[in-house]
Amino acid sequence: MRRGTLWSWLWIGLGVIYFFVPLAATFWFSLQAKLNVLSFQSYVNVLKDPDFAKNFSASVLWAVSAIIVGVLIFVPTAYWVRLRLPRVRPAVEFVTLLPFVVPAIVFVYGLVRTFSRPPLMIINSPLLLVFGYTIMSMPYMYRAVDTGLRAIDVPVLTEAAQSLGAGWPTVMLRVVLPNIRVAVLGGSFLTFAIVMGEYTLATWLVKPAFGPYMYELGQSRAYEPSACAIISFALTWAAMGIMQFVGRGAPGGVQVAAGH
Amino acid sequence: MPFFLFILFFLVYPSSTLVIGSFRDDAGRFTFANILGLRDPFILGAYAVSIRISLFTAVGGAIFGFLMAYAAVRGGLPSFVRTSMMTFCGVASNFAGVPLAFAFIATLGRTGMVTQFLGAIGLNPYDAGFSLYTVWGLSLVYMYFQFPLMALIIAPAIDGLRREWREAAENLGGGFFDYWRQVALPILTPSILGTTILLFGNAFGAYATAYALTGGELSLVTLRIGDQLAGDVGNMSQGLGYAMALGMLVIMAISVAGYTLLMRQSERWLK
Repeated sequence: MRRGTLWSWLWIGLGVIYFFVPLAATFWFSLQAKLNVLSFQSYVNVLKDPDFAKNFSASVLWAVSAIIVGVLIFVPTAYWVRLRLPRVRPAVEFVTLLPFVVPAIVFVYGLVRTFSRPPLMIINSPLLLVFGYTIMSMPYMYRAVDTGLRAIDVPVLTEAAQSLGAGWPTVMLRVVLPNIRVAVLGGSFLTFAIVMGEYTLATWLVKPAFGPYMYELGQSRAYEPSACAIISFALTWAAMGIMQFVGRGAPGGVQVAAGH
Repeated sequence: MPFFLFILFFLVYPSSTLVIGSFRDDAGRFTFANILGLRDPFILGAYAVSIRISLFTAVGGAIFGFLMAYAAVRGGLPSFVRTSMMTFCGVASNFAGVPLAFAFIATLGRTGMVTQFLGAIGLNPYDAGFSLYTVWGLSLVYMYFQFPLMALIIAPAIDGLRREWREAAENLGGGFFDYWRQVALPILTPSILGTTILLFGNAFGAYATAYALTGGELSLVTLRIGDQLAGDVGNMSQGLGYAMALGMLVIMAISVAGYTLLMRQSERWLK
């Protein structure tokens, strides 16, 4: 074996160790809930806990709502910018990256301070959390949608649909959206993965969510938190896996034949 | 456009509250006292620790992530190594916050599995002064999402190194080190630096991981801002909280600007 190859294996091997040792250890730890015998007791405890169901389903609701709001706002915007306002594209792209500049704790600090006093006392509304998550996921969602749109010929498709008598809702729902569904799904699963375990926003906006629930569990229990960490990891893994699986159909690959 | 209304309302408006709040005293008058108040050693210390952790994990993550990405892309390994590495890195770089902290507590906490194992063979890291709940421990935890992010972002750049360049260097009589020093590194430097800055911001803004791991014991800016929100701040004025948040924003804005500039630079040769 060449020396270079040996080095390569070494670095990859170290990466694999760093990646898997904490997971394996956490899994092993989560099986120790019964004295001297390995069991899935901690998972049973978590899954049977009514608070788990409540918080977990709340997080699913936040995630799905943030995805819907995101699709409703970002798809028409990205579409409109591509079709009619190519000149403002750099500006819009810049804006969509802004959430990277604002760390979650600073963001929530701003939200709490802004919306917990007149004229806008909406701090208690769950909508604020949903909109916050929509903003947080914007860099991923908008970019995914924009990449999807790049692969299709937006002006031609729009004209074709309009000359067949389609109005704007029809163009959006039956022409644009189906053509970028892979991209939208990709962005959606990423958003889902981000929102599901999110702690900072949920805890300061005082809403039931999986993240704060896990934290509370960590304060009072020994083995259940590891079970939650494994569940959470499995969720991330599933979201990423589905994303890659869906993305295999080469975004836009089919469309090329029609446009060019 | 609903998009701009939305952004204005939920991103620009709260940010402007931060800026305005930073220059107002508790009675609502204009003041520089909050900004000057940042010189408080307690707050400066928090910034220093945050910056140190972020720098350390950014540089460490960049080096390790680069070596791993290079090994997977150009190391002469079977191609499945690369695809699986990218998948794993995608997952790991998104695995952060509370569950990540729990995973490391179960691994290297005082009763963690690896700690127990090492203890059983007489090498308990806690006897040697190690603790997961310190700056070093937290750095170890951050590394878990830092180096995969580096590998993810840098791999396409490594792809962009053309084989012809290496051959050309060899034809001109250059060896391994000449190629790296005079060709590959100058081309990759903007990408590497840019991504390192991105990693810096990534660690600098992290809150949930640090909070779940140390329960707010460590002095980080993000944790101090959390204290402000909780109202658990003793004699500190609210304006100081605004100023701390604004300080973070400024540092983040500088890093993202640096990242953008460097990435533009790197497109000269790559892609």
